[in-house]
Amino acid sequence: MGSRYLFGLFAVVKKGNIIMCGIAGLIHKDKSVNIGSELQSMLQALKHRGPDSTGYALYADNDGQNFIMRFKVGENVGEGSNAVNEETSVYDKRKKIVDKNLSDLGAIIVKEERLTPYSFRYEIKYDKDLMEFSKKIESAEMTEILSIGKSLELIKDIGDAKEVCDRYNLDKITGTHGIGHARMATESGVDIKSAHPFWGYPFSDVSVVHNGQLTNYWNNRRALENKGMRFMSECDSELIAVYLAEKMRNDATLEEGMKDSLKGLDGVFTYFVATKDSLGMAKDTMAAKPLVLYESDNLVAMGSEEIAIRSILPQEIDTYDPFDGEVKVWQI
Amino acid sequence: MANLKTTEKKSKAQSMGMHSEVLTGRTQQKFFNPDEAENFYYFGTYEVDFNKRTELDVKNMEAPEANKKIDSLMSEGYGTIVIKNPQGKHSLGVGILNKLNLIFEGSLGYFGVGSCDGPSVRINGRVGWSCAQNLMAGKVVVEKNAGSSFGAAIRGGDLICKGSVGARTGIDMKGGTIIVGGDAGAFTGFMMQRGRIIVLGDVGINLGDSMYDGNIFIGGKIGSFGSDAVTSDLTSSDKDWLKRKLKVAEIDENFDVSKMTKIVAGKKLWNYDNLEPTEKKGAI
Repeated sequence: MGSRYLFGLFAVVKKGNIIMCGIAGLIHKDKSVNIGSELQSMLQALKHRGPDSTGYALYADNDGQNFIMRFKVGENVGEGSNAVNEETSVYDKRKKIVDKNLSDLGAIIVKEERLTPYSFRYEIKYDKDLMEFSKKIESAEMTEILSIGKSLELIKDIGDAKEVCDRYNLDKITGTHGIGHARMATESGVDIKSAHPFWGYPFSDVSVVHNGQLTNYWNNRRALENKGMRFMSECDSELIAVYLAEKMRNDATLEEGMKDSLKGLDGVFTYFVATKDSLGMAKDTMAAKPLVLYESDNLVAMGSEEIAIRSILPQEIDTYDPFDGEVKVWQI
Repeated sequence: MANLKTTEKKSKAQSMGMHSEVLTGRTQQKFFNPDEAENFYYFGTYEVDFNKRTELDVKNMEAPEANKKIDSLMSEGYGTIVIKNPQGKHSLGVGILNKLNLIFEGSLGYFGVGSCDGPSVRINGRVGWSCAQNLMAGKVVVEKNAGSSFGAAIRGGDLICKGSVGARTGIDMKGGTIIVGGDAGAFTGFMMQRGRIIVLGDVGINLGDSMYDGNIFIGGKIGSFGSDAVTSDLTSSDKDWLKRKLKVAEIDENFDVSKMTKIVAGKKLWNYDNLEPTEKKGAI
């Protein structure tokens, strides 16, 4: 009898580690703060849950005039990845192809930054269909759009929260809300394409992070691909972003899509989704993955463990675990 | 294979909420014997004075250091220890096999006060997953909310949460009592084998799923029943016990226990007793 319970515990142990990831999110309803720095503190507190890679989806105080496109033209490769590291000259060639494709699409590059040899941040003027835009840009070999949005800045790379934050100067970004992820790779290799957050292609400013495992990934993926949606990784968590994007493409609200996901997605999960002006959480119907939540009139902070919240709110606060099958969405 | 005999102290043991079988033969399992309770001794325990009180600030300590410090203070005879600034750290106050008044001024993370036997613990905040896992005896009071797997696999003692708790409360519990003042999540009492759970509020889906024995008392709405969980009549002795427990737990003395729903195992899944000898034989 007890062996069933113990088996459950042992079943989640691999190479001496508990298989898990850490997720964190926060939203300031009435002001902008140094959101990059706050999320870095929360994710660093969760480092023990996922040391392989870290990702941030920050909703920054941009002017809202142009699209911000974060993209990569190569990989940063870690254990188990089927990608390869390449020469900088290869990245240069791909960047030129991206620039040409942008020109062909009629997009104007207002500003460009090269953050690492393989990753870029472009500010662009563009006012046509984002799906066609994305297909064209990603037609260049090894090129992936990490995010497009008027506010969203999506950054992910190998390393812990502080390393990634320092590499991309995230502690200088101010904004109202953000979500992040500390990843322990289980279903796919250690690389950027499998790291979270995932952009909700082809919607601007939509991002998702996930802790858990989805067991009907392939069935859903094939069905969504047949509907024209694209997957860039073999990571099961990407399915949530694509699933929600497809729901919204069919005129569902974010909250409706999230509620649908409780039935449409099998497995165990807690996930966060963020848009330009909102932050949401969903927990599977078995409540198998942890989530601690703090909510006040002007701030919501949540994470896989309370220590993530404590990293920005050290004073005594009231927190709670959302129940099974719970979906919540907060607006700015 | 162990042989089961029933002791003559059955009534006394049962009145204490314990089971009364005594195992003989080749086994490592030991059941509670009320006659031995006074003489029970753990290596490494200390004589402490409850009136000797001290404070310990763990703000800048990792859990192992804090736990060693608690042990050190007990060795100096401190019977009341107040922990300052726990700040949601994991695994604080674990493995205490001693009489002790332990007070946390704040919240604990995961696995707080796990594997304890004897202390009286008060947590003036919330607790994360698996609070008081494997509690053998003693009392743990949580003033606010608790995470999932509250009281997983406890063998004895009283575990009280004045707020709401997450999923799988009392999973695999083998004795003791869990009392929840608020609501409880899904799979409350999952695979419980003995002991009692009281929830004054609502519970989620799959209540008492695959429970083998024990009692669950629910004051509010039930999301759904789990496999083999069935309702049973609330007896007068149940009501008396509930009133007594709620009073001791300082939760809600005036709660109308007569309206509670009692859930027990339907015992249609009771293949465990038949299979166990085979499993043990294989292990030995």
